[in-house]
Amino acid sequence: MNIHEYQAKALFEKFGVPAPKGATAKSAAEFDTALASLPEGAIMVKSQIHAGGRGKGTFTDGFKGGVKFCPTKAEAKEKAGKMLGNTLITIQTGPTGRKVQTIYFTQASDIKKEYYLAILLDRASSRPVIVASTEGGVEIEKVAHDTPEKLHKVLVDPAYGLADFQVRELVFQLGFTGAEAKNAAKLIRNLYTMYWETDAAMVEVNPLITTPTGDVLALDAKVSFDDNALFRHPEVVALRDLNEEDPKEIEASKASLSYIALDGNIACLVNGAGLAMSTMDIIKHFGGSPANFLDVGGGASKEQVIAAFKIILGDPNVKGIFVNIFGGIMDCNVIALGIVEAVREVGLKLPLVVRLEGNNVAAGKATLAGSGLALVSGDTMADAAQKIVKLVA
Amino acid sequence: MSILITPETKILVQGITGAFGAKHAQLSLDYGTRVVAGVTPGKGGQFFEHKGAKVPIFDTVSEAAKKTGATVSVIFVPPPFAGDAILECVDAGLDLAVAITEGIPIKDMIRVKRAMSGSSTRLVGPNCPGIVTPGTGKDSNGGCRIGIAPGYIHKKGHVGVVSRSGTLTYEAVFQLTTKGIGQSTSVGIGGDPVNGTSHLDVIKLFNADPDTHAIILIGEIGGNAEVEAARWIKANCKKPVAGFIAGATAPAGRRMGHAGAIVGGAEDTAAAKIAVFQECGIEVAATPSDMADALLRAAKAKGVTLS
Repeated sequence: MNIHEYQAKALFEKFGVPAPKGATAKSAAEFDTALASLPEGAIMVKSQIHAGGRGKGTFTDGFKGGVKFCPTKAEAKEKAGKMLGNTLITIQTGPTGRKVQTIYFTQASDIKKEYYLAILLDRASSRPVIVASTEGGVEIEKVAHDTPEKLHKVLVDPAYGLADFQVRELVFQLGFTGAEAKNAAKLIRNLYTMYWETDAAMVEVNPLITTPTGDVLALDAKVSFDDNALFRHPEVVALRDLNEEDPKEIEASKASLSYIALDGNIACLVNGAGLAMSTMDIIKHFGGSPANFLDVGGGASKEQVIAAFKIILGDPNVKGIFVNIFGGIMDCNVIALGIVEAVREVGLKLPLVVRLEGNNVAAGKATLAGSGLALVSGDTMADAAQKIVKLVA
Repeated sequence: MSILITPETKILVQGITGAFGAKHAQLSLDYGTRVVAGVTPGKGGQFFEHKGAKVPIFDTVSEAAKKTGATVSVIFVPPPFAGDAILECVDAGLDLAVAITEGIPIKDMIRVKRAMSGSSTRLVGPNCPGIVTPGTGKDSNGGCRIGIAPGYIHKKGHVGVVSRSGTLTYEAVFQLTTKGIGQSTSVGIGGDPVNGTSHLDVIKLFNADPDTHAIILIGEIGGNAEVEAARWIKANCKKPVAGFIAGATAPAGRRMGHAGAIVGGAEDTAAAKIAVFQECGIEVAATPSDMADALLRAAKAKGVTLS
């Protein structure tokens, strides 16, 4: 689960991670109050959406930049007015962009130097890793590729936790000295505590900055959480912003379905994550384009199949449907009955190819064939994929 | 032979009285697997009954293992308690814990894995379909079925299958069986980013098992476990290996169902992994329908006959 920058900054404050002073506004009427709470001087105006690349983004009305430096509060108010309610397109939002519903004003900081700092899971060692670099404000993957020697990594032993010597080592590797070194060490330690205690999946500060007065501040904040651990963090769940999620994905999660919208036109309905991914792949392999990832789970009950059909038909791009079920334990006939009922209930008019395999498959295929519905049966995944691609073309 | 488990392996089921655990304990008993104990704290002394089988239930894993000689546990405990259930297997000195549970917090698994280092207990999973060593009976009955895989799709034979995904494992096994090719053992290692046994661990076991003549390695986007396994295969494994990677069309940064199936960078995309497979002499299946055929191509190239 992702949260907004301003929400991440509130968590930073709680855990003692210093950041520039900030205030939010959700309507133009709140601009003055928000700005009045900040010190006089230059202000950063930041659009709040769950996507990176905001600064280089463009709004649908042509206004450029979702993050703006403004020398005065008056200018900040004017720029905020252009962003709020407007739709921002960045390299991460896709062509439809995201509507900006919150503006975050922060005190603009004098920057001496920019750094990169992140904490996430290192899958190879199954341990948390702190990643830091003196090359802040740029894509960290570019740093890793071009100048790997500038990337410093600290693996944390979960039995002991983050050791003081590890923090010191990292701080000195980054070239901090004096008061800056002390401030940086404290910030890193507190950020790690936040990562660990909130069950974060990733905490990223890019850039982390030093100021001419020796402060070390988190200028930006990107935080996401482990969905599996949300049950024990109601305070994190409260930060969820449904405006940032695809309505179809929200519906799917209510029905315990795992659904991700893509931009193709062949919808998929599959049981199992691995099979669902490879169903998308095989559609592409035969020249089609998948409209979604959809895993109805190992059980695939009738109710879930109906809910799944409704969700995929909510996507106006969908021109055909590919149902791919490997009924291992589940009786294929039960699944077939569910498909027939779902198709009748939603009044499906689009081409439908069904590939059923597994337990009691003959009865399942007979049910489909005898249903009177205009559906096509596929024998193997490859056969079915080719059929749906042809029907949609 | 086989790897990890044999038809003689005695298993206990943690969470045998829950709906999911009970259903799969029954299916394992039907398959002929030696399910000798159940564990549900507070229900010790009761019995799990199924078609004449009467499986004793214990309060603790340690007691269940001592009284019944079980050496392997299969875990169906809900996510908040599953980490604890795994550590209970370690404490009881079991050989193997197979965690089926999906949705265990990553932090719990980080701590569990650290706590298991140095112990003699192996973990498979979590978020996995389990392990099957097929038997010689009808529909491969008489084998050892641990977890949630359909037993009947298997056939006793000499192909080792390892995968992160349940249904893709079934797909591969079913293709093999339909072609008359049997399996030594099929292992689902699970779709979580922090898991016990890796692709490489299983590949090493298959390589050392004289009864496994060829291997299907199924992976997906995210992490570098498949790459690590492929490089080891290139250097050490003489047996024919076919591979498949799911997620070529997955958008970067999105979790595709499995908690671990997420593209984080250029290295863990399907294309990058497939390129490494090819470089390491693994015959790549072009589509999931091609997995068994890919293995036949790999076997033919090495002069190995499969049955």
